[in-house]
Amino acid sequence: MTIESKGVDPIVMAVPTPVKRGRSSFVWLFNLRLGVGLTILAVMGLGSFILPFFAPVDPSIQASYMRNLPMSGAHWLGTNALGQDIFWFLVFAIKNSLMLGILVAMGVTIVATIVGLSAGYIGGRFERIVMLFVDTFITIPLLPILIILGALIRGNTSFFTVGLIIIIFGWAWDARTIRAMALSLREREFINMARFSGANTVDILAKEIFPYVSAYILVGFINTVLFAINTEATLAVIGLSKVEVPTLGSIIFWALSYNALFTGQYPWIVAPIVATVTLFLGLFLTSTGFNQAFASKRGVS
Amino acid sequence: MGVFAYVAKRFGLYLAVLFIGLTITFMLPRLMPINPVDGYIGQIQSRANGTLTSEAIAEIRTNLEQLYGLKGDIFTQYLSYLKRVVIDFDFGPSFTYYPQPVSAMILNALPWTLGLLLTATFIAWVLGNMVGLVAGYFHKKRAASLLEFVGILLYPIPYYILAVTVLLLLAYIFPIFPLSPTFPVGQMTPEKLGMIFYNSLLPGITLVLAGFGWNILSMKALAVATTEEPYVTYARLKGTSNWTRMTRYVFRNALLPQVTALALSLGMVFNGALLTEMIFSYPGIGLIMRTAATGGDYNVLYGAITLSIIAVATAGLVIDLIYPLLDPRIRHK
Repeated sequence: MTIESKGVDPIVMAVPTPVKRGRSSFVWLFNLRLGVGLTILAVMGLGSFILPFFAPVDPSIQASYMRNLPMSGAHWLGTNALGQDIFWFLVFAIKNSLMLGILVAMGVTIVATIVGLSAGYIGGRFERIVMLFVDTFITIPLLPILIILGALIRGNTSFFTVGLIIIIFGWAWDARTIRAMALSLREREFINMARFSGANTVDILAKEIFPYVSAYILVGFINTVLFAINTEATLAVIGLSKVEVPTLGSIIFWALSYNALFTGQYPWIVAPIVATVTLFLGLFLTSTGFNQAFASKRGVS
Repeated sequence: MGVFAYVAKRFGLYLAVLFIGLTITFMLPRLMPINPVDGYIGQIQSRANGTLTSEAIAEIRTNLEQLYGLKGDIFTQYLSYLKRVVIDFDFGPSFTYYPQPVSAMILNALPWTLGLLLTATFIAWVLGNMVGLVAGYFHKKRAASLLEFVGILLYPIPYYILAVTVLLLLAYIFPIFPLSPTFPVGQMTPEKLGMIFYNSLLPGITLVLAGFGWNILSMKALAVATTEEPYVTYARLKGTSNWTRMTRYVFRNALLPQVTALALSLGMVFNGALLTEMIFSYPGIGLIMRTAATGGDYNVLYGAITLSIIAVATAGLVIDLIYPLLDPRIRHK
């Protein structure tokens, strides 16, 4: 799954071609970044959503196979100390992590957009109170709160409760950025024009400001997918998520708790590391690629 | 006058953040469907093999509710909670290490966390900004893009992956560092200090790597934008050297948003430090939280989270109070 990124020379990738006009070299750069990012995402996304239909058994069931088998034709990455096929566990892990990431990002984007746009556009006392909460949520370290929640609801939680909790504590960063953009748009002429023409606040927010902010919302969405996968995996690594569900974090949790390093079971620990790094690089390149493309297209920042 | 208004405003925000943060911490367990007292009584029951009489259980329950501050209606509970936490700094005893008070446990672990966290953050911030500045100022050169590529590669990698990779590479494949570190306690001697330093290097490297990537990318973007400013062009036409322009013109101005960003990202940096401590068994707040979470030691968890909120908010306040020294626009308003 890393073939696409390996095919591109990293140095060439980050260097714009020496064209005279700066703008066209910029677009070229964006194409490559976005291209590499989207390719990684497409391969991993499609792979992890289609392959499970061909899985021989549900990989989360323990003792399906002999334990600690080496890599072979039947088990591409071998089996782990729990008798699970590592390759299939990893495929399901990527699928579950991506699904959680996308669902959380949807929730976060909706909340952040509504809060950010209304605070930035309406302004006044409303904005000050909202921003106080936004700043508080940004300042409060998330992990300790998640650890307490994890300890309290451990065992009784579903995988999606974890997602809901991440939404509740994860919307503030995006709301802050969107509000800053709405703030700068508020002063533009065409907004006044719309208001003098009799458009109401909701109309202006939805029809005049939203189209400008939507580009950032897409970038923020991808970043939030990254954030959500990361947060759930972090919780799983320390054993406070639903670790029976295969995710990119729970696979490392099991590998660490069965001392895969000491027993020399490299695939168990290296495979999820490679998969996570590739996926995150794909998400990150896509988000910065979009960002650059939009920044060069429109002067909103 | 400008400075005074700025400080007052920032201090107000600090108090508000603390207040809201403590309120959330207070509300969390009460909104949960699970009662920790029940859980704890169940634990005692199973340890006593179910031999406890119902009178004994009722007595334990009363004691625990007293201990947790669960007496009276929610408003009374809230007031006594604020008084205990803010004025007395008292979180009751630890269950696992009864009767050791939670506040003492946390205060013992705090220097470890602060030492590691502050050093690593400082190094990552300085190094990242230097590399980012060079990458941004010379962004038309090929080598600069290579620097940025380091940032692109490092930034999206999550803490736990970095930690496990560093462990795999530097303790297993190249056994430079111990797989399971030991941290001596008691009277400090030069050897012990050296051992602590040596054992802290792995978590330190992880934290520096994690902060490094973001600082490179952010500083690079800022430096590129600042290089396009008219005053930098003017300085170039005036005949100032590359070095002067890079340090005095671009860096001074690109630094300000980076300081603000540091203050805002402290919460995340702190999260990373906690996680690193857990993975490397480093004896800080993070390790205490992990032990407490697995053992159901809720008093310790609440103490740790309250302290985390106070620590992060205070650090943010300190950075924001330093800010006017760097930004003359606030001083001379």
